[in-house]
Amino acid sequence: MKTVYLDYASTTPVDPQVVASMLPFFSQKFGNPSSFHHKGMEAKNAVDDARSRIASLLGCSPHELFFTSGGTESINFALKGIAFAHKQKGNHIITSTLEHHAVLDTCAYLEKQGFTVTYVPVDAQGRVNPKDVERAITPKTILISIMYANNEIGTIEPISEIGTLAQKQGIYFHSDACQAAGALDLDVRKLHVDLLTINGSKIYGPKGIGLLYARKGIALEPLLHGGGQERGMRSGTENVPYIVGFAKAFELAQSHRDQENKRLTKLRDALISGLLKIDKTRLNGPKSNRLPNNVNISFLDIEGEAMLLYLNEKGICASTGSACASQSLETSHVLRAIGMPYEASHGSLRFSLGKYTTFADIKKVLAVMPSIVKTLRELSPVRLTIKHFQ
Amino acid sequence: MTVRKKDNLRKKPELHADVKAKVDSQKWFYTDEVKEHFFKPKNFMDEKTSKTYKASGIGLVGSPACGDMMKVWIKINPKTERIIDMKWSTFGCASALASTSMLSVMVTEKKGMPIEDALKIKPQDIVARLGSLPARKFHCSVLGDKALRAAINDYFRKTGQTKRIITEGARVIDKATGITDKDIEEAVLEGADTLEKLQQKLKVGIGNPACLPEVEQLLRFYKEKYSG
Repeated sequence: MKTVYLDYASTTPVDPQVVASMLPFFSQKFGNPSSFHHKGMEAKNAVDDARSRIASLLGCSPHELFFTSGGTESINFALKGIAFAHKQKGNHIITSTLEHHAVLDTCAYLEKQGFTVTYVPVDAQGRVNPKDVERAITPKTILISIMYANNEIGTIEPISEIGTLAQKQGIYFHSDACQAAGALDLDVRKLHVDLLTINGSKIYGPKGIGLLYARKGIALEPLLHGGGQERGMRSGTENVPYIVGFAKAFELAQSHRDQENKRLTKLRDALISGLLKIDKTRLNGPKSNRLPNNVNISFLDIEGEAMLLYLNEKGICASTGSACASQSLETSHVLRAIGMPYEASHGSLRFSLGKYTTFADIKKVLAVMPSIVKTLRELSPVRLTIKHFQ
Repeated sequence: MTVRKKDNLRKKPELHADVKAKVDSQKWFYTDEVKEHFFKPKNFMDEKTSKTYKASGIGLVGSPACGDMMKVWIKINPKTERIIDMKWSTFGCASALASTSMLSVMVTEKKGMPIEDALKIKPQDIVARLGSLPARKFHCSVLGDKALRAAINDYFRKTGQTKRIITEGARVIDKATGITDKDIEEAVLEGADTLEKLQQKLKVGIGNPACLPEVEQLLRFYKEKYSG
């Protein structure tokens, strides 16, 4: 049975060109960039070259980039780095209820360290209102962190507006752009971000590599201390092959962006309209202001993990915001943040499309989904009627 | 999901909760037996049968808000006091569906299980027959035994055997207020028949909405117990 992989927002396969770019750096060009000999120089040049290429895509200077082990580390670095370096100035942080757990849990940790955090609510589509952010600002605010695009429901946030108002008030602004990296414009000047997180595993690069952009002149407290790599900000021998692969992946993603977005948007909308033909369903997140690869639909009266297992039997990989499929047994905080009632929050599915997704894949999902829903509804004693479910 | 929310299941920190190291070695693992019951459920109540089915007792536990809900219909032979048929309907994940299906096989095989034995079924017994379930699924999704007990209680009530109705001991439901299931039972007896009325009386779950699914479940349980 052919696998229909529709979980690209979880992770992407590594592009063969990316793998090819990485391979020489495992056993041939294996040197440590800090070493004072030609093998070290070879590795150092590769890292410098990768850094410059990424910097030119982000519109920043290579010295404003720090390679990390991925999105989670970059977010921790940004939030804790700013908080600890600027605690004399203030102890207040603003973020949203829609953020990834990497942000929310880091904020919870910082609260334990004496910082206070305001979680700005979002509207029914998952959009942060810049005015709410502005109203949350206090004289003690040192950092605002709002994601560029949401991983579950695909909402694109008004980053440059928030960035502009943060800049005016002299407050640092970080954005988690892990989901946006393949699809949206990442020019840091246009976005008005001071800090930006990107990782490799969502853009057909390897897992375990990411970066933090931090505007020149911003004081950050490092998370890792040691050999002084990354200009003293992130110790640990550089992961040379992964850095090289990350740069290649980022270049590939950005070079086909417009064309690929158009293609994905068509597939996305076909999947959305096909799934909404099923009774008692609704689209989570906005219709248009959303990532071109994100589909998130709720099905009333049935549970997400059960749907996932039926889909898996048909070779289809998707994901759910259902509590039963999460390690935590809590339903998705994102669905709750957009006001989804608890009783409807267990039956959501996310299909995230990617560069190997075809129309045939979409057709396959649309062919099997109605009968899966029908089967599970026949087994279910629940018969809900909720507004906005058609 | 969170109906039988035990403290040790509350792993995911709330926004303001302590951030602790999470130890989770659980794997996604469903046995062939679980898959068999999930993909080919036995004895479930279909639309058509439900219209004419004459149940001796009906039990309902859980709620869509908490992520699992089970309804059980049983037929009891009053002479032998054996369960001669069971039908079910379940909203929930694979383990919820499979465990109810397995339960229906357990109570109806071998000419039907005596009521007294059926009342003693524990989640562990169902899980043993399924081979195993991922540990974190254990407490939350295996509600079939509770639904079955509710159905047997319903049978006792319908046949006037109120003394045989089994109630569980006092247990704190809302840690914020210290409200127990007994408090909820008494409030229901005093006329609190909706969550709002219950909250006006007890303030249960107002500062701790996580316990609401269980409160709703108890509300329904006691309403059914004392109605009619």
